[in-house]
Amino acid sequence: MWTLIQIELFKIFRRPRTYIAFAAIAALIGVVQLGLKIDGQAYVSFMMRDISSSISVEGKILNGYQVCYIVLQALLVHVPLLISLVAADMISGEANMGTLRIMLTKPISRTQFLLAKFIATVIYTLLLLVWLAIMALFVNMLIFGTDDLFLLKSQYVVLLKKDDVFWRYVCAFGFAALAMTTVAALGFFLSLFAENSIGPIIATMSVIIFFTILSTLSSIPLFNAIKPYLFTTHMIGWKEFFDIKVNDANEAIVGTIQNPGKIVQSSIVLVLHIIGFITAGIFVFRKKDVLS
Amino acid sequence: MILNVTGLSKQFNHITAVQDLSFSVAEGDVYGFLGQNGAGKSTTIRMLLTLIRPSAGHIEIFGKDLATHRNEILAQIGGVIEKPDVYKYLSAYENLEVFARLSGVKLSRQELMGQLERVGLAHRAKDRVKTFSQGMKQRLGLAIALVHDPKLIILDEPTNGLDPQGIADIRNLILHLSRDLKKTVIVSSHLLGEIEQVATRVLIIDKGRKIVEGHATELFDPAQTIVELETFDNDFAFQQLQNSNWSARLQSRRDSAVLIKLDRAQIPQFHRDLINMNIQVLALRPRHSLEDYFLQVTSGKQHVDTYSN
Repeated sequence: MWTLIQIELFKIFRRPRTYIAFAAIAALIGVVQLGLKIDGQAYVSFMMRDISSSISVEGKILNGYQVCYIVLQALLVHVPLLISLVAADMISGEANMGTLRIMLTKPISRTQFLLAKFIATVIYTLLLLVWLAIMALFVNMLIFGTDDLFLLKSQYVVLLKKDDVFWRYVCAFGFAALAMTTVAALGFFLSLFAENSIGPIIATMSVIIFFTILSTLSSIPLFNAIKPYLFTTHMIGWKEFFDIKVNDANEAIVGTIQNPGKIVQSSIVLVLHIIGFITAGIFVFRKKDVLS
Repeated sequence: MILNVTGLSKQFNHITAVQDLSFSVAEGDVYGFLGQNGAGKSTTIRMLLTLIRPSAGHIEIFGKDLATHRNEILAQIGGVIEKPDVYKYLSAYENLEVFARLSGVKLSRQELMGQLERVGLAHRAKDRVKTFSQGMKQRLGLAIALVHDPKLIILDEPTNGLDPQGIADIRNLILHLSRDLKKTVIVSSHLLGEIEQVATRVLIIDKGRKIVEGHATELFDPAQTIVELETFDNDFAFQQLQNSNWSARLQSRRDSAVLIKLDRAQIPQFHRDLINMNIQVLALRPRHSLEDYFLQVTSGKQHVDTYSN
């Protein structure tokens, strides 16, 4: 199995297309960093325009933690596309090249073959998130320094002490890895049904967009009822790590998360989706006639 | 027998690609698998390589059931299925290394280079396959099929897209595998000449059904051939021959030629008689005997006759 995974990783990282996602993340974050470095104060003024008269924040609002949060909010919506570029190509790309039939004439069970490919996809996804963490967190910490993290929510504000932020990012990236693995599992599953990667990539993004729209239409009772079961509802669960518990005096309790149960629930839903996609994929693939 | 196929069938929705096919291959055979395009050759070969699940039937290879001993059996089989598609973004060496490891063997650099040397690609080992010609890809495909020293080699249309030199190279390689390395080879093709030159046994299928199986020499008599006679006046030639001692051997009269079945040894005498009968000969062409046999036993004969008429 390890040999198979090694081979799959070797193939993934020998393809130029693999590096598109890494380059795109670097470019996008670079642009945001440049914009905020040059005109960050204007951004802060705009952000604080409605509350500046009632709240006074000491210290440096535009710090590395703040920039990382801005980047993650903007970017984690688009990372699924970058992941699907590889995940949705894993089987369909092989079918398209004609290599699937050679692979499957080798003494490897189809289940092993599929699992090795999926594990390699997950490793790629994790590496992409590590790269995102390096670019969005560590590089921003270097460029903008660190300070307390000030977050504007829809009905309240959250102020996280400087020393209480880093672990939250570690957890948030861990959760994002789970969410992105779900996207990878979906793309991987859809790639079983096509002989070129364009279809599964578009289908993966279409499913995500469709489910996200359904999630936002929660005022309609039917959609509200299915919302908890849609994986897209839970993909933004990483934000929960940045909500803090308060005591009776409305003071933040350092080191706490307001609703850890919600994170656990979202994680379970995402894991169930991953298991569901892969189990269904193995079932389909074992019975599939390779005609490509 | 190294391979036994019994009652093999495959149905795709309403289309029957292979129907109740049974055949066997002995160790050391070069087994020619003949049929027109769409006859069911590739579907059968894909079933032998577990790419397609049979709708019915039983496949036994090396004395073991393919359905229950898949990996064990595939470890001893090398195959090229139609086009030899490999990873175009990898080099020839990397492709060979990847497929060697997938086949369960770990070869040294020297051994891998030796494999590439055997198919004449050692000098291009580091080049990406996307820069290769079709013939070079075909040779790399063969190197991949042979990298783990399999007992049984299955080649599906191995000469597709090759130039005459490439076709000759493949033919020589098949003969080398069989004669020198004592491998069993199953080779499918619609190119009769290729099969005839290498196969020890032949299976002809048509519309998914077995038409005939046997030793190549049993299926067609190499001593006899259909001769195509082209003259200035084919009607006159046909009439003359009908009234001669050759009448029993006349096959048919077509627009462009008269067909007559002869022993090869009779051809010089036949030529002399044509001159004596004042038949002005433009050409006297012995036709490929296996081709005639093939067209006779498959639906291809209908196509030829329709075209000729």
